[in-house]
Amino acid sequence: MRTHFDAQLATLNNELILMGSLCENAIAKASQALHDHSKDMAFNVYKSDTVVDKKERDIEALCLSLILHQQPIASDLRFISAALKMITDMERIADQASDIAEITLNFDFDEAGDISLIDEMAKATIKMVNGCIDAYIKRDLKTAQDVLEHDDEVDEFFYKIKTQLVERIRAHDQDGQTSLDLLMIAKYLERIGDHACNIAQWVIFAITGNHKNEE
Amino acid sequence: METIFDVENFNLWYGENHALHNINMKIEKNAITALIGPSGCGKSTFIKTLNRMNDLIPSVRLEGSIRYRGQEIVNSDINVYNLRKEVGMVFQKPNPFPMSIYDNIAYGPRTHGIKNKSQLNEIVEKSLRDAAIFDELKDRLKDSALGLSGGQQQRLCIARALAVKPDVLLMDEPTSALDPISTSKIEELVLELKKDYSIVIVTHNMQQAVRISDYTAFFLLGDLVEFDKTDKIFNKPSDKRTEDYITGRFG
Repeated sequence: MRTHFDAQLATLNNELILMGSLCENAIAKASQALHDHSKDMAFNVYKSDTVVDKKERDIEALCLSLILHQQPIASDLRFISAALKMITDMERIADQASDIAEITLNFDFDEAGDISLIDEMAKATIKMVNGCIDAYIKRDLKTAQDVLEHDDEVDEFFYKIKTQLVERIRAHDQDGQTSLDLLMIAKYLERIGDHACNIAQWVIFAITGNHKNEE
Repeated sequence: METIFDVENFNLWYGENHALHNINMKIEKNAITALIGPSGCGKSTFIKTLNRMNDLIPSVRLEGSIRYRGQEIVNSDINVYNLRKEVGMVFQKPNPFPMSIYDNIAYGPRTHGIKNKSQLNEIVEKSLRDAAIFDELKDRLKDSALGLSGGQQQRLCIARALAVKPDVLLMDEPTSALDPISTSKIEELVLELKKDYSIVIVTHNMQQAVRISDYTAFFLLGDLVEFDKTDKIFNKPSDKRTEDYITGRFG
C-alpha cells in the first residue's frame, strides 16, 4: 500500500530536518561570531540566509504538491500542515540569526564591555532551537514541552540585559549606539526563542492533534 | 441532539456467517451520517437493516435492537411497508423505472393512493425541485427516464424517494457511478436535504465523507470500530485501525 506517498513523506521529513539544522547552524555561528569578535564568521552567516529561504520555498512546494496529489487526512494531514507552519518559523529564526550577524559586522567590540549575559542568553536560545528540531525528529512530546518551559528563561535574560543596558546608557552616555545594538541582539534572540516555541507547539499538534493555544 | 435510530447490541447473521457484531450507535436526526469501511465490512448490510431490506434475504437472522423514533424494528411486527415509506433508499446504480420522468416520480404517491391529477402534479414538481433537477427536466416530463444522463437519473431517483415524503434517506454509494460534476451536484443536494431529512450514506470516498457528513462510522470485518463526529475521525481518530484505513494503509 501507499509506497509512493510514504516515500514522499520521508523526503519531507528529511528536508525539514535539513532546514532545521541550517537554522541551528545559523544561530550557533551568529552567536559564536559575536563571542569571538569574528567579522568573517558573521559575514558568512549574513550571506547564508538565502540558502534557508530557498529551502523554505522548496519545502512549501513539496507540501502543496502532497496536499494536491494525496489529499492527506488524519496524522498525514497534521504532519504536512505542521510542516507548512514550522518552515515559516524556521525561516524567521534564520532571518534573525542573519540580523544578529549583520549587527556584529558593524559592531564596535571595544565599546561592548561585558557581554557575558548575551552569551548566556544565546546558549539558552540555541538550546530551545535544538530542542524543537530534536522533538520533531524524534516525534517526542516531552522534548517539545521542555522547549516551551525554557521560553520564560530566555524572556528573563532579555529583561536582565535590558535593565543592564539602561544602567549603562545612564552611566556612559557616549556609547548609546553599542548599547542599542546589544539590545537589538537580545531582542532578536528573544524572538528566536518565541519561534522555537511555535515550532514546538506545531510538533505537539502533529503528534496529538491538539494545539497548545486551544487548551 | 435528537436520535432517529437507536441501535443497541445489534447482531446479524447470513446463515452461519456472523456479519455484524454487537453494533451500538445513535444516529442523529437532521444530520448526515457516513458509513465507511473496506468492501465486505458490513456497512451496506447495516444500512439495509435500517429499513428492513434484509428481510428479502432468506438466510438472514437478526438479534438485538434498532429503534426508529422509539419503535423497535428488529424482529418486530412493525409495518414494513410504512417503514420503507418513512425510510427511503437510493442505490449505487441509478435505477429509474422504464417509464416517463413524470410517472417515475408519481409511482410512489400513486401506490399510496393519491390519484388526484393536480395533487400529483404538485408532488412531481416539488420532488424534482427538492432534488435540484426540475429546471433541467421541466420541459420533458413525458420523456422516458432512461434517456437521462447518469447524474440526472440519480437525482431523479432521489426525487422519486422524496415523493413519498420520507423522514430518512438511506444512500448506498449514491455517487460512485457518477462523474465529478454530477457528484458535486448530489453532494450539494444532500447538504440541502439535511434541513428536512436525516441522511445515512455509505461511501468509499473519504473526501466525500469529510465534505458532507456530520458523523462518520467506521466498520471493519463486521465491527463498528469507531463512531464519532466526522472532524474528529478525520483529524484525530481514536483507533489505530481507523487511522490506518482512512490514510490508505490497508483496505
